[in-house]
Amino acid sequence: MNEKTPLIRLAKREDMKKSRIWLIRLAAFAAAILIGMIIFAIAGANPIKAYGTMIASSLGKKSGVRQVIKNAVPLLGVGLALAPCFRMRYWNIGGEGQITMGAMAASYFALFWYDKMPSALLLLIMAVAAMAFGALWAFIPAVFKARWGTNETLFTLMMNYIAIGIVAWLQGGPWEGKPGSQIIPMFDAKAVLPKVMGVHCGWILVLLLVGFMFVYMNYTKHGYEIAVLGESENTARYAGMNVRKVTVRTAMLSGAICGLVGYMVASGVNQTLYADVAGGVGFTAITVCWLSQLNPFAMIVISLLLAVLSKGASGLQTALSIPASISDIITGVILLCMLGCEFFINYKLIFRHKEAAGKEAA
Amino acid sequence: MNFNLAGLIKAAVLNGTPLLFGTSGEILTQKSGNMNLGVEGLMFMGGAFGLAGAFWYDQMAGASASGFLAVVIALLCSFLAGVFGALIFSFLTISLRANQNVTGLALTIFGTGLGQFVGEQLRLKVGGNISISNALKGSFANPILPQSLQDIPFLGQVLFSYNGFVYLGILMAIVMSLFLNRTRKGLYLKAVGESPSTADAAGINVTKYKYIATCLGGGISAIGGMVYTMTIAGTVWNHTALSGEGWVAVALVIFCLWKPLNAIWGSILFGGLMIMYLRVPVSFIPSQIYKVLPYIVTAIVLIIVSLRQKREDQPPASLGLPYFREER
Repeated sequence: MNEKTPLIRLAKREDMKKSRIWLIRLAAFAAAILIGMIIFAIAGANPIKAYGTMIASSLGKKSGVRQVIKNAVPLLGVGLALAPCFRMRYWNIGGEGQITMGAMAASYFALFWYDKMPSALLLLIMAVAAMAFGALWAFIPAVFKARWGTNETLFTLMMNYIAIGIVAWLQGGPWEGKPGSQIIPMFDAKAVLPKVMGVHCGWILVLLLVGFMFVYMNYTKHGYEIAVLGESENTARYAGMNVRKVTVRTAMLSGAICGLVGYMVASGVNQTLYADVAGGVGFTAITVCWLSQLNPFAMIVISLLLAVLSKGASGLQTALSIPASISDIITGVILLCMLGCEFFINYKLIFRHKEAAGKEAA
Repeated sequence: MNFNLAGLIKAAVLNGTPLLFGTSGEILTQKSGNMNLGVEGLMFMGGAFGLAGAFWYDQMAGASASGFLAVVIALLCSFLAGVFGALIFSFLTISLRANQNVTGLALTIFGTGLGQFVGEQLRLKVGGNISISNALKGSFANPILPQSLQDIPFLGQVLFSYNGFVYLGILMAIVMSLFLNRTRKGLYLKAVGESPSTADAAGINVTKYKYIATCLGGGISAIGGMVYTMTIAGTVWNHTALSGEGWVAVALVIFCLWKPLNAIWGSILFGGLMIMYLRVPVSFIPSQIYKVLPYIVTAIVLIIVSLRQKREDQPPASLGLPYFREER
C-alpha cells in the first residue's frame, strides 16, 4: 500500500436509498434533540420535563396550535420565496427587508385609504402594493448583480437595514399615532385579513403558494432556466438564455412573495406596522429553505417544526422560567446538525485499510 | 453650529472599537475564502461569555480582585467563545462541506440564542441587572495612558484618552496587516482564499489554513462583542444592545476592501455614523434615517467596487465557495 494514501478519502455518492437518507436525517435530528437535553441539564432543568412542557404548550392546546400556525406561515412563505433564488445560486438574504417593505406598502393603504373603498378591494390593493414594494426592494440589488456582478449577499443584507430604518422613521415620524408614542395606530377592521378556522387566512394563501412554487420550479420554462443558470452561467448563456433577465425576474418574484408575507403579518397578525415586523423571519426562512433542499412540500414540515420550537420555548419561559432564548439555541443546534448530516448523504468515507482489504478480496 | 469636535471623535473611536475587532476578525476569515455570516452570533457569544467571565471572577475574588486579571479573563472567555463558534462553522463548511451562507446564518441563530441565554441566566441568578464592582468596571473603561498626556489640549482627548481595548484593537489590525502582506504564512493564507486549488498544488495545506484563519478570526470578532458589553454598555447585559453590531462588522469588511489597516479608520467612521444622530443633529434629517447611513454608505461602496473592477479591491476570488480537492 502506498504510504501517501490518506487515512480517509472521500467519494461522491448518488446512489443512496431514500429510506437510508431519511434515516440519516432522523439520526441528525435525534442528535440535536440529545444535545438540547444536555443544554437543558446545564441550565438546571429536567430535560424530559422541559421538552414535555414545550410540546404541551405548543401542541396541547387549541390556542397553542393556532399560534404555531401563525408562526409557521411567514417562515413557509419566505422559504418558498427564496427557493427559486437559491436554485439559481443567487443569495437573497434580504428577505427581512423585502418583508418590511411589503408590510409598509400594505400599511400605507390600510392607514390612509381604508375609508375610501370596500374591504375586499382594500385587502386586494394592499396585497398588490406589498408585492410591488417587495419586488422593488429585491430589484435594486438584482439589477446591480446582473449588470456589474455586485455581490448580492451583502447588498441584500444592507437593504434589510435600510428598510427597517425607513419603517422606524415612519413609526416615530409621519405615521405616528399619538404624538410621542412612537407607535403607528392599529388598522381599521376593514384592513384586517379575515380569519379561517381561528387563524388569519394567510395560511390558505401560503399553502396555495406551495403548489404554485412546486409547479413553477419543476414544470415551467422559467423554472428550467433558473435551474440551468444555477448549475452554470456559461451553459445558460450558450443556450441563448438572457442571464440578466432571468436573474432580475427571479429576484423580483422572490421579493414579491416576501412582500406578500409582510402584508400577511402586518394585516393578519399585528394589525399595525412596526420596524421589527419581519422579526428575523427573513433569516430563519433561509434555513427552512435550505434544509428542505428547496422542496416546497418539505418546507411545510420544517417551518412547522421551527414554529413549534419557538412557541414551545415561550411556554417554557412561563412554566419553568427558563429564558425563551433557549429556543434559538436549540433551533441553531438542529440546523447545524441537519446541515452537517447532508455530508454523510452526499459523500462516502473510504478508509485506507478497508480499501486495501477490498482490493485483496477482488 | 455648536458642537464639540474632540468629543465627537472620541465617541466615534469608542463606538468603533467593537466594530474594529469584529471586522478585523472577519477579514482574516474571509481572506481564507470562508464567508462567515455568523459574526453577529459570535459577537453575542463574546459579549455574554466575556461578561460572565469577569462577573465570575469578581464574585470569586471579592475585594481583592485585580483589574488587570479581570480584563485578561474577559478577553480569554470571549476569545474562546468565538473560537468555539467558529470551530463549529469550520467543521461544517470545511470538513463537512456545508453551504457557508446557511451555516453562518445558523451560527448566528445559535450564537445570539446562546449569548442571550447566558446573559439572561446571569440576570436571573443575581435577580436584577448584573454588574461588576465599580473598581473592576474602571479597569475596562478607564483611560490607560498617564494623565499628563491626556491633558494636552485637543490631541490629548483625541489620541490619548482611550481605554486599553482601543489601542489593543489598533495594534491588532496593524499586526494583521503586516501578517497578511509581509509574512510567508500570510501570503499563503491569501493564496488559499484566492485560489485554493493552486495553493493546494503548491503544497499548502488548504484545510489547515482555512481552519486556523476562521477560528482565530472568530475569536477576534467575539472580542469585539465583549468590548461592547464591557465599555459601551457599562458591563450590563442588555439583550438588544449588541444586535446589528455583527452585521455592521460584516458590512465594514467590504467597506474596508478586505484590508485591516482600512478597518482602523473605517470602524471609526462607522462608529461615528452610528452615534452621529446624537451628536450632530441636523434638523431636517430624522435620526432614524441618520442611523441607516452606515448601511447606505456600504451599499454604495459595494456598487463602486464592482463598477471599478480594480483587481486589488476585489473580494478574495474563492470567497464563499467550498473547496473539494476530489471535485477538480
